[in-house]
Amino acid sequence: MSPASHTLLAAGEASEHRTLIITLFAVFVAATLVITVWAGRQTKDAADFYAGGRQFTGFQNGLAVSGDYMSAASFLGIAGAIALFGYDGFLYSIGFLVAWLVALLLVAEPLRNSGRYTMGDVLAYRMRQRPVRTAAGTSTIVVSIFYLLAQMAGAGVLVSLLLGITSDGGKIGIVALVGVLMIVYVTIGGMKGTTWVQMVKAVLLIIGALLLTFLVLLKFDFNISDLLGRAADNSGKGSAFLEPGLKYGATGTTKLDFLSLGIALVLGTAGLPHILIRFYTVPTAKAARKSVIWAIGLIGAFYLMTLALGFGAAALIKPDEIIASNKAGNTAAPLLALHLGGVDSGWGAVLLATISAVAFATILAVVAGLTLASSSSFAHDIYANVIRKGQATEKQEVSAARWATVGIGAVSIVLGALARDLNVAGLVALAFAVAASANLPTILYSLFWKRFTTTGALWSIYGGLVTAVGLVLFSPVVSGKPTSMFPEADFQWFPLENPGIISIPVGFLLGVVGTLMSKEAPDEGKYAELEVRSLTGTGAH
Amino acid sequence: MQQSAEFGELRRAHRSFAFPLTIAFTAWYLLYVLLSNYAGDFMGTKVVGNINVALVLGLAQFLTTFLIAWWYARHAAAELDPKAEAIKSRMEGGA
Repeated sequence: MSPASHTLLAAGEASEHRTLIITLFAVFVAATLVITVWAGRQTKDAADFYAGGRQFTGFQNGLAVSGDYMSAASFLGIAGAIALFGYDGFLYSIGFLVAWLVALLLVAEPLRNSGRYTMGDVLAYRMRQRPVRTAAGTSTIVVSIFYLLAQMAGAGVLVSLLLGITSDGGKIGIVALVGVLMIVYVTIGGMKGTTWVQMVKAVLLIIGALLLTFLVLLKFDFNISDLLGRAADNSGKGSAFLEPGLKYGATGTTKLDFLSLGIALVLGTAGLPHILIRFYTVPTAKAARKSVIWAIGLIGAFYLMTLALGFGAAALIKPDEIIASNKAGNTAAPLLALHLGGVDSGWGAVLLATISAVAFATILAVVAGLTLASSSSFAHDIYANVIRKGQATEKQEVSAARWATVGIGAVSIVLGALARDLNVAGLVALAFAVAASANLPTILYSLFWKRFTTTGALWSIYGGLVTAVGLVLFSPVVSGKPTSMFPEADFQWFPLENPGIISIPVGFLLGVVGTLMSKEAPDEGKYAELEVRSLTGTGAH
Repeated sequence: MQQSAEFGELRRAHRSFAFPLTIAFTAWYLLYVLLSNYAGDFMGTKVVGNINVALVLGLAQFLTTFLIAWWYARHAAAELDPKAEAIKSRMEGGA
């Protein structure tokens, strides 16, 4: 039995907790399946499957964007990092939030106006279709699979902790269950079903966080300075707990690593395909703008609450107990719920079960969004436009998307099960770095730089992708350290865990070099069309 | 249309707002990251009770993000939407 499940479950009546948690999980799953079937009945054509019929309002999509973005990593991971490392945990959430301004000012509206279903639509708009779509599809699938893998493995760890399942078979079973559910959501419900699942999840997550925040603040009579003081004392680190440096400040390398991570977070969000395709679910660019503004409000409020949760956990729970439960602090929020309700009371058990069920809902909504992004890109960019050269019917395309969902789901179940004991948390940061290095430069150049050419796009996408993935392969994330994915192997030479500080400038630079080196002339007519369309919505789908 | 004065104005209204602001908030965020990394003593200075400069600057990042979002929404509604709609209705109606 792992120490983790021990701490969580020994606190009260273990089996009672478990029954309650499983019941709440089951209620959530049943409710989302009903929504999925209902949405599936209304999914008739490709615009329904890929873009939910483009009929969601700005507010609805804002909720769904938040639901798609606030992963278990941000709910459990940030609260846990604050609980263990104090201020440094908070640094993460700031990058995650500020990043939305890039999406708001430069990407969301032009993307909504000029694309149809995928990120590739915008990248390939004025370029030679087949090579650019192939590149866009490749990077979409790579980013989404890294992200997905981290979520799936995380789901296995988390649910095992919460339910006290420690056997290998049990963990694999959970990964498989998550995988099967996401396949069902996406194949049956398409974008419409996925959007509703994400909206429900966002509401649950925000209510759960509000409840815990209120209870924490109540304990301290709403005196934030007291809360911080108690957290600093209880952490055993004193005022250093409230200052930067506990997690990232150890050496020059860790500081540089944090800078690299910060850049990747801020520039990565607006290049994440599963976030970008959400903007196609609303009818106009104005509604896309409203979605981002709602998302900024909701995500910002949520990260402010994780501050209360993290410092609350640090103030009310002994650090040893948090670490014993999970080394990275991922169970700090559920533990906090248990302590706030009263460790031996029924109320504590109810609160723990509720927060655990919210965390599970969070994972399901995010993996569904990721699967949809990668299967859409496979079907629309690669199958319909590259393999069938634009000759596929809408029906064939949607059916390819459904099969791709099954395929990607199956692959991620297998990889997630294999990776269940590997430390894959670094993969999310990697997904952000690839998105910022391979996708964002091409999106921005395509929209705003008249001279940009197909060669520039290909150099930038493949160059950014290969640099980011290559550097991570030789970084401590993969080998050379006890915390690596493969701790026994050692082929590490790149010192940083996050490649962004190198790979993002490389991606931007290669776009320029490729464009200047190529002899081809940019398609000026197409650019004129794209520019007018992206700013005015003329001819938008 | 792309060559017209009318569209030129819309493009300028968008770019002259979005580009400088993007540079500004990115620089402000980087400054904050660099201060967190390399100016620990300054960041640890207490402001009120247990609230220090680091926390105040972190919360200031939230505040500026909310303000920029609100400001852009206002700018877009006043300066961009009317121009964009005029061009769109002319193109879709006339040509």
